[in-house]
Amino acid sequence: MFTGVSFRLPAGGALLLTGANGSGKTSLLRLLATLIAPAAGKLVWGSAPVEADVAGYRAGLHYVGHQDGVKPGLTPRETLAFWMALRGLEASRAEPALDTALHTFALDTVADWPCRWLSAGQRRRLALARLVAAPALIWLLDEPTSALDRDNQIRLERAIAAHRDAGGRVVVASHTPIDIGPAGVVVLDAFAPTPDHAAAG
Amino acid sequence: MAAFTGLFRRDLRLALRQGGDTGLVLGFFVLAVVLFPLGIGPEPAILQRIGAGIVWVAALLAALLSLDRLFEADYQDGGLELLALSSLPLELAVLAKCAAHWVATGLPLALISPFLALLLDLEPAAIPVLLVSLLLGTPALSLIGSVAAALTLGARRQGVVLSILVLPLYVPPLVFGAGSVEASAAGVGVRAYLLILAALTLAALAFCPWASAAALRQAIE
Repeated sequence: MFTGVSFRLPAGGALLLTGANGSGKTSLLRLLATLIAPAAGKLVWGSAPVEADVAGYRAGLHYVGHQDGVKPGLTPRETLAFWMALRGLEASRAEPALDTALHTFALDTVADWPCRWLSAGQRRRLALARLVAAPALIWLLDEPTSALDRDNQIRLERAIAAHRDAGGRVVVASHTPIDIGPAGVVVLDAFAPTPDHAAAG
Repeated sequence: MAAFTGLFRRDLRLALRQGGDTGLVLGFFVLAVVLFPLGIGPEPAILQRIGAGIVWVAALLAALLSLDRLFEADYQDGGLELLALSSLPLELAVLAKCAAHWVATGLPLALISPFLALLLDLEPAAIPVLLVSLLLGTPALSLIGSVAAALTLGARRQGVVLSILVLPLYVPPLVFGAGSVEASAAGVGVRAYLLILAALTLAALAFCPWASAAALRQAIE
């Protein structure tokens, strides 16, 4: 798929993955999320390889992929409470965080509708709301702006800026322009891999 | 723990809210059992003889009906990746999903079985045995089925492949489940049958979550 990709991401750093369709942006993100294993090379978190403590590494990351994972039969509030529970947060105690997350992506008015009534953009925002609902150090976002309108893209960019200000790290794969602040860029090129070293921050 | 109960409650809520799952399974179960007297004729002696077997076979088929949905929706919509990345080990996630599946399908099946037993004119003494045998045996159906459901994820015509894979594995619970009711009718002790049924469920509990989780990891890659 790709070779010779190397980068490091300091606290507060951001990385933008670009490249043509099929160049491996999603694969690189899934690799960073430990959903797939690299054929060669390694992933290092702090000073130790990720394999040394996969559970600890996973607990510190959010992955928002192409698919939203939104169930038509649940409401956004229930969906978000479930996602928070999956990260070990007791939903009853995390009520304020849940409301903040819904508010960040302007989902307050639809919070108690069944998700089957939501538009594609609203589902996308619900998936993004879990970034805010349960804090994590690393955000891995795959085409996060798909189906988002201009206002909501700005909401996302603000959330990313706030996350970076707090020392969080972001990796975004996108082929549409998105303003995530000063960021390293990795250009993935199908069939002609270019070693591109990006120092983020 | 929050993750385990959260997943259990979400799956249960989905199963009950979407109406489909529990209602469909129960409807199928009742209809399948009712068809037998219509086909065989209302001869009480025959129905008494084969009633327990009919209820158990119908319960197997009804449980099978909802199995393909166990992981499929999560697999399709990306929810499975979130489960894999969550703080909950995948083995426990499988257990939570099986528990929800059992409460939404196996438990109601067992609870309405006494009424169907009356319909088939089963001996009054056999009815509690049927109920207990289903309560002990149906968790094994959910657990064994989860392995097959995980293995067939993404397969074309998943439902058919799943049935062929899982029905042979349902033979032991069927033999001892229906056997326990027959034993009670024959006046033999049912204790051994029920203990073996419980052992089958415990063995499934010990083995199936690991097998399903391994299959799910394959499916995610």
